[in-house]
Amino acid sequence: MSGYVFAVTAAIALLVFLVVLLRSRRLREKYAITWLVVGAAIAVLGAFPSIMLWLTAAVGIQTPTNLLFAASLIVLLVVDIQLSVEITGLEEETRTLAEEVALLRLEVERGRQVAEGEPPVTPAPEPEP
Amino acid sequence: MATTENLGLLVIVPAWNEQESLPSVLEEISNQVPDADVLVVNDGSTDNTGRVVRESGRAMLLDLPLNLGVGGAMRAGYRFALRHGYRRTIQVDADGQHDPADIPRVIGLLDHGVNVALGARFAGEGDYEARGPRRWAMSLLSVVISRVAKVRLTDTTSGFRACDRRAISLFAADYPAEYLGDTIESLVIASRAGLRIGQVPVQMRPRSAGTPSQGPVKSAIFLVRASLALLIALTRPIAVPATAGAL
Repeated sequence: MSGYVFAVTAAIALLVFLVVLLRSRRLREKYAITWLVVGAAIAVLGAFPSIMLWLTAAVGIQTPTNLLFAASLIVLLVVDIQLSVEITGLEEETRTLAEEVALLRLEVERGRQVAEGEPPVTPAPEPEP
Repeated sequence: MATTENLGLLVIVPAWNEQESLPSVLEEISNQVPDADVLVVNDGSTDNTGRVVRESGRAMLLDLPLNLGVGGAMRAGYRFALRHGYRRTIQVDADGQHDPADIPRVIGLLDHGVNVALGARFAGEGDYEARGPRRWAMSLLSVVISRVAKVRLTDTTSGFRACDRRAISLFAADYPAEYLGDTIESLVIASRAGLRIGQVPVQMRPRSAGTPSQGPVKSAIFLVRASLALLIALTRPIAVPATAGAL
């Protein structure tokens, strides 16, 4: 039984840690949700190990640990993909901001040249209304 | 230099560490198309590309704070063109392989109902010769994209391309920063959005600085990546041209 107590305690510690991160806004809910579900699942399985045996038989796997390993690998893979998707989104946002910074810098530079009475490299066309 | 009234043509020159070749390219451009405005997009260069442009006094400088790749630089250029109401753009590479003397011919194609005009090798002019995997990749791209665009295109990776107003607003919204996105995927995007693509034969010159990427392994990788890019481009949801106000 003590092994299961360990599992339940570890899962609860994980959940508490996640809530702390969420509360201090160091973790956004959209990333925390997967881990919250995983933590809750481990806690439930730790408290009622018979569920694991039942699940293993239902899926058709011989050893419960194998199901556990397979499930954890899949979860990690999915989270990994989610993070790659998020990074792609961030890169696109960075790209748009970089473009915007460059466009604004050009406007500012030309505005300054006009204000100082220097002719700008090319007469500034008016932005469309 | 252009006048304020002339908002016809914008020459967009994407430049990444091209301080050696830029001055002569800019000089040639202003000799060949003196009425056009020139915009150099400095794509996060680590050399003096930006300073070279400022000192030349021939071009506006769009200074990107980081390196976005050709696709990123070009979308920034198209956004500039869209916001400032340019009717046409032409991309001319900073490495000198596009001959500014060809600009009027490439632009001229836009007068014939074409939205995107390519200056193309393999179209009967020039002596460019590719072999092995690179050649297969080029042929595959050419065959597939010609079918999508419903017009025969011989050089789909050409960066020497002119755009009219419709193409500018499409590309300002959607111009991939992905590998090969600036060349082949953008053509697929344009065709699928209903734009007409055309090509004019041109002769590409050897780069005035730097070395082109060749070699069998690189070519094989190019083939694989090009096929992947093509596959993704063809199966993507179709882009809808944006209006000037949205950007």
